[in-house]
Amino acid sequence: MPLTTPQKKYSTRELRDLYYQMAKIRIAEEQIAELLNNREINCPTHLYTGQEAIAVGVCSPLRSTDYVFGNHRSHGHYLAKGGNLKAMMAELFGKETGCSHGRGGSMHIIDKQAGVLGTVPIVAGTIPLAVGTGLSAKLQSQSNVSIAFFGDGAVEEGTFHESMNFASLMKLPTIFVCENNFYSSHLNLLERRAKDNIIESSTLHGMPGHSVDGNNVFDVLDATKAAVRKARRGGGPSFIECRTYRWHGHVGPSWDMDVGVKRKSELEVWRKKDPLLIVKRALLSNGLPETVIGSLNQTAEAEVAAAITFAKTGPLPPKEQLLANVFRL
Amino acid sequence: MKQRKLTYGQAIREGLYQALDADPMVFAIGQGLWSPWYVGNSMQGLDKSFGKDRIIDSPVSENGITGIAIGAALGGMKPIVIHPRMDFMLLAIDQIVNEAANWHYIFGGESNVPIVIRSIINRGGEQGAQHSQALYSWFMHIPGLKVVVPSTAYDAKGLMLSSIADNNPVIYVDDRWLYDHSGVVPQESYEIPIGKANIDVQGSDVTLVGISYMAHEAREAAKVLHKDSISVEVIDLRSLSPLDTTTVLQSVKKTGRLVIADGAWATCGASAEIAAVVAQQGFQYLKSPIERITLPECPAPTSKSLEDVYYPDKANIVSAIRTLLLS
Repeated sequence: MPLTTPQKKYSTRELRDLYYQMAKIRIAEEQIAELLNNREINCPTHLYTGQEAIAVGVCSPLRSTDYVFGNHRSHGHYLAKGGNLKAMMAELFGKETGCSHGRGGSMHIIDKQAGVLGTVPIVAGTIPLAVGTGLSAKLQSQSNVSIAFFGDGAVEEGTFHESMNFASLMKLPTIFVCENNFYSSHLNLLERRAKDNIIESSTLHGMPGHSVDGNNVFDVLDATKAAVRKARRGGGPSFIECRTYRWHGHVGPSWDMDVGVKRKSELEVWRKKDPLLIVKRALLSNGLPETVIGSLNQTAEAEVAAAITFAKTGPLPPKEQLLANVFRL
Repeated sequence: MKQRKLTYGQAIREGLYQALDADPMVFAIGQGLWSPWYVGNSMQGLDKSFGKDRIIDSPVSENGITGIAIGAALGGMKPIVIHPRMDFMLLAIDQIVNEAANWHYIFGGESNVPIVIRSIINRGGEQGAQHSQALYSWFMHIPGLKVVVPSTAYDAKGLMLSSIADNNPVIYVDDRWLYDHSGVVPQESYEIPIGKANIDVQGSDVTLVGISYMAHEAREAAKVLHKDSISVEVIDLRSLSPLDTTTVLQSVKKTGRLVIADGAWATCGASAEIAAVVAQQGFQYLKSPIERITLPECPAPTSKSLEDVYYPDKANIVSAIRTLLLS
């Protein structure tokens, strides 16, 4: 893999942070897969395993005042942006203590304090929202940037193009992050598009486009930093295509439930490009002992375990509160 | 002192002007906002007064622009989105329903969308099916949306100001046929409570509920019927969601008869909802069947000869009420 030598660019502490963030997402997702298998979590859940480098690479350079919007597969975005793990886990269990108080489940998560302004499963649904917070920042002369995370399926929606056009026209501080994992639900990219050319959307809409290896956190970081610098300076939006692969099926814990035989061989190839391994190698080449990496994993496991305990022990929403929060008073 | 009069269009503009002037977070976005004719006189010169940063004439991207305004609301702004024809707003149903309406609930009250989504019904003038539809009942169906339909200049301004002040998505629907009607409009800023109907005319023989433009026709019909010694109580609903069922039920209790005048289709329309509420909760008051005056169940035609029979007016109301009381 053509890597810039990360050990020169990043301190061991920075690498350790990146690794920890990514490991925490991986461990959380795999624990959630277990809980789904055991039917302890029952809401539709779309796992992020295999794509961790994108959420962490995009969110690490951000400030807490920057905004991110996600989609149906957003546990990684939420956690990488600093969202509360316990509140997310409780939400998956449908608890009142959840980040959306048991009204949203896995697909609707929020942590305003961390700048996670919301995730929803309507494909491309939040892309214009991230342009809107960009417009809001511009109108209020704020320097924060907004991120729209979406998949390769979302670029098939008209809203995507409407949003890209307007952001570019108005030079808004919005960064469009397309996680191209090559599948929209069960359908491969080339069964939906004539060409593998999503990156060309950026040229069409007059903004810089970066197509990066989405499994390589350093590549994602480089592209994001350039886009954030440009946006904060008032230079307008950027588009980043992160090419990656989702390890699980579209929804739920299985590995190849809905994508047929072709995927099995693909998955083997992509597992060898595990985003965590890339950071781990960088850490090892920086001289960090393997045992320290092991203890980072243990810390993340403990954090996830504590979140699961918190989630399990919390109360369910009271039935008499069904009609609360239709309107804000 | 003589009370000041404004037209309905001027009243909308004054409401917008005062909101923009009072709060720098308020801005407007939509198609035709820099045009001298696209939205009648209801936005005239606002771009010059407040700048093109706050009065944004947008690309033809209804869904995207509505979503962008919702996002701006999440970022602390108070947007007013304008769809110059209600028909065009259908392209934004996704963002209005899936995002704006649901947002507060799906996040357990952690976030809310203070936004006004204004659209204009532009019936008549041989414009046909895609420039004329009165589709407010679609939005009544959705929990999380408020819907207002002013029919007077006074309410047009007051409901605009209360919609902007509201913490929730409000669908504000005005009708081009009302733009030149004038009425008394106070100079100062004031709000009309959302969800409160107005009894325009007190009466005892029949309750006549009017919606949007047909509230105007209802008031006119009551004048005609008064000469026949038929006492009509006219209710202008003003808001469709929340629906002021209390005022309607109290009136039906008094009169024993209900006629609903709505310039929209009957099927699953606002008139159907009102009839259902009264049938369910006020059945014992009714002396005769509920009557509805609505559009024929076909798309709007263009030819003048067909338009004349397509759009109901005060004559249809008068005739329906005469028949009702004579039967």
